[in-house]
Amino acid sequence: MKITQGAFSFLPELTDDQIVKQLAYCLSRGWSIGVEYTQDPHPRNALWEMFGAPMFDLADPAPVMKRLAECRVECPNSYIKIVANDASRGRETVALSFIVTRPALEPGFWLERQEGAGRAISYTIRSYAVTRPEGSRYDSAGL
Amino acid sequence: MGYWDPSYVPADTDVLAMFRITPQSGVDPVEAAAAVAGESSTATWTVVWTDRLTACEVYRAKAYRVDPVPSAPGQYFAYIAYDLDLFEEGSIANLTASIIGNVFGFKAVRALRLEDMRIPVAYLKTFQGPATGVVVERERLDKYGRPLLGATIKPKLGLSGRNYGRVVYEALKGGLDFTKDDENINSQPFMRWRERFLCSMEAVNRASAATGEVKGHYLNVTAGTMEDMYERAEFARELGSIIVMIDLVAGYSAIQSMAKWARRNDMILHLHRAGNSAYARQKNHGINFRVICKWMRMAGVDHLHAGTVVGKLEGDPFAVRGFYDTLREPHSPMRLENGLFFEQHWGSMRPVMPVASGGIHAGQTHQLLHYLGEDVVLQFGGGTIGHPDGIAAGATANRVAVEAMIQARNEGRDFLAEGPEILATAARWCSPLKAALETWKDVTFNYESTDTVDYAAVATASY
Repeated sequence: MKITQGAFSFLPELTDDQIVKQLAYCLSRGWSIGVEYTQDPHPRNALWEMFGAPMFDLADPAPVMKRLAECRVECPNSYIKIVANDASRGRETVALSFIVTRPALEPGFWLERQEGAGRAISYTIRSYAVTRPEGSRYDSAGL
Repeated sequence: MGYWDPSYVPADTDVLAMFRITPQSGVDPVEAAAAVAGESSTATWTVVWTDRLTACEVYRAKAYRVDPVPSAPGQYFAYIAYDLDLFEEGSIANLTASIIGNVFGFKAVRALRLEDMRIPVAYLKTFQGPATGVVVERERLDKYGRPLLGATIKPKLGLSGRNYGRVVYEALKGGLDFTKDDENINSQPFMRWRERFLCSMEAVNRASAATGEVKGHYLNVTAGTMEDMYERAEFARELGSIIVMIDLVAGYSAIQSMAKWARRNDMILHLHRAGNSAYARQKNHGINFRVICKWMRMAGVDHLHAGTVVGKLEGDPFAVRGFYDTLREPHSPMRLENGLFFEQHWGSMRPVMPVASGGIHAGQTHQLLHYLGEDVVLQFGGGTIGHPDGIAAGATANRVAVEAMIQARNEGRDFLAEGPEILATAARWCSPLKAALETWKDVTFNYESTDTVDYAAVATASY
């Protein structure tokens, strides 16, 4: 499966040139930019790990691309996304986020059902990958 | 009688209303305006001595300005101010009982339309406002930087629970963020509400597991009584739904009750504007939809259908812009071209997510983004379920179209002019989009709008 979180998951994987253009757009709007990664891409996981603090007041996208390159090396087999934050009054939240790197193999989720009274069912979404320790979840051996 | 006072300067705390008045022949427009002010505040048909027991000047609304409507002979814009103390705190029902209570049947006017209102911040602060709002909704969904996508399940009536769930699942798995019950599906013989809720939530959770995304289905909890509505909403909550919906025809107090329930229960509240066009569409009589937008933001809904510009339902581009601004902006200056006759400060009341629904398809994505912006739910009902390769393919076509357009916009391209080319390029690698563009390439709804904004670029003569 392919996890389709983020703004551009239905497009072909973005090239670095395309990522740079999106970063330039974020900077033109005055947004800060962070690089985040995870091996727990549950739909409700809003708190991916930050690969360093978000970067403020950048003049151009190069420092973000440098940090992304480091993240790709240091956090292999992980999901990595760009998160741009808009600090303007009344907004003060994420303005754009999109996945830029994925593990080679995405095993996805299974749906656990707990049958209750009547016909009601309690649903829990579980990731196949998180049954293994963080750091080794998307290694090709064992998946 | 003191209902006409051209020298009156409205206070910052006054509620202001602007009516389009068509006086009966022979009735002076100023007299008609004063009569509207009277009937919508303290007056009755004759002088009563009991007025003299009150500080009646305070309770009398004051018509303070009357302008002829540009290019509409016999019609007048009348501005009326109401003291804050005329209204109960936090009650749309009480506000509207004055403003649209008796006055629309008043014989001295042939027709009457409420065009716009200015709600003072002092009064706004007595309302909860949207239970969730655009920012928190996006954080809960973890979806940023692009319009959200939805579809109304079709056919509106007749599907069994299992078949209904099938449509929900296919559409969400294919790429939509939301699916939606239609306005008139509540609990009919062909499918009772619990069946629909159970089957829809199975579909929502399956689709969420299949995509890794938060998904939702607007479960319509509208019912004959408030007790029934609460029961349905509670069941939706127990099943883990993130969103419920109600219809405008449920009434203002029911809407406010559900908004409070939604805030208490971390639920997004979708409002379908069912019934609105019965009184909003004709230019000379009724209530302009921009006023409904204001009332519903105060009442506390999170989603409101507000027009598509390019789709099948009424919507002049300039007027629709005014609706969207009213729902989303923290502060709107007076913009006559959009029908915003008053400046409106919203305090910190949360914005409402507008919903564009009705006769739109992937081939219009560039126009939709241009007219409506990115804080909007684009609902392609027929444009998803009517796809020749199936529902999931229809959903994928819409999602790819939106993502490709956002990508192009962010890259600095002139997406409105280059829209067809941007879509065609994406269609080269996305066969569902190719089929969608081919199927609906000739579908447009270019009819003249009934409800356009009347204004003059320069101030017209005042009485």
